[in-house]
Amino acid sequence: MMTIALYITLALVGVAVLLNVYRLVQGPDAPDRILALDTLYINGIALVILLDLVLGTRLYLEVALLMAVMGFVGTVAMAKYLKRGSVIE
Amino acid sequence: MESLPFVAELIISALLVSGGFFSLVGALGLSRLPDFYARLHGPTKATTLGVGSVVIASMMYFTLKTGEVAIAEVLVTLFLFLTAPVSANMLAKAAMHHQVKCMKDTRGQPWSQ
Repeated sequence: MMTIALYITLALVGVAVLLNVYRLVQGPDAPDRILALDTLYINGIALVILLDLVLGTRLYLEVALLMAVMGFVGTVAMAKYLKRGSVIE
Repeated sequence: MESLPFVAELIISALLVSGGFFSLVGALGLSRLPDFYARLHGPTKATTLGVGSVVIASMMYFTLKTGEVAIAEVLVTLFLFLTAPVSANMLAKAAMHHQVKCMKDTRGQPWSQ
């Protein structure tokens, strides 16, 4: 039962990633694209944790943690660049 | 995957599917809502409920499988909970600075006052 639930979840998150990519390509303004990238890395974290569950190891937990940190830094840098014109003043 | 007691499998499966469902709802909101300020609401669900449920399911699975408490996943959730409002606020500020178009019946435009 858990294996079936795992594959259903993988399919749902995969469709979510496709919708995010649609907004990333389509998005009329720059903040839309940054928001799509933000959601994309969050769904990537979910996919990495699901990969952990599929393989039955906890090896990729550090990957998820690093993705969380670096994704946040990237989002803040891009939003700051849009607002101020430079990342570090 | 190893087999666990039935109740544990049931709870883990429910958490996994609800996590995937909320991720999908967040992505649907991101792709279907009419303007940027409305779209900003969508990823909140994907962050808090989607990744949160998946992480809790993973914690339960590894705790029951290995017999020792798996606590390190909490860090991912904690960090996402802390950073999601900050990045959303900065994105909203950037969009207001660029005067991104909003819906027709939005009341008040703070950047034009």
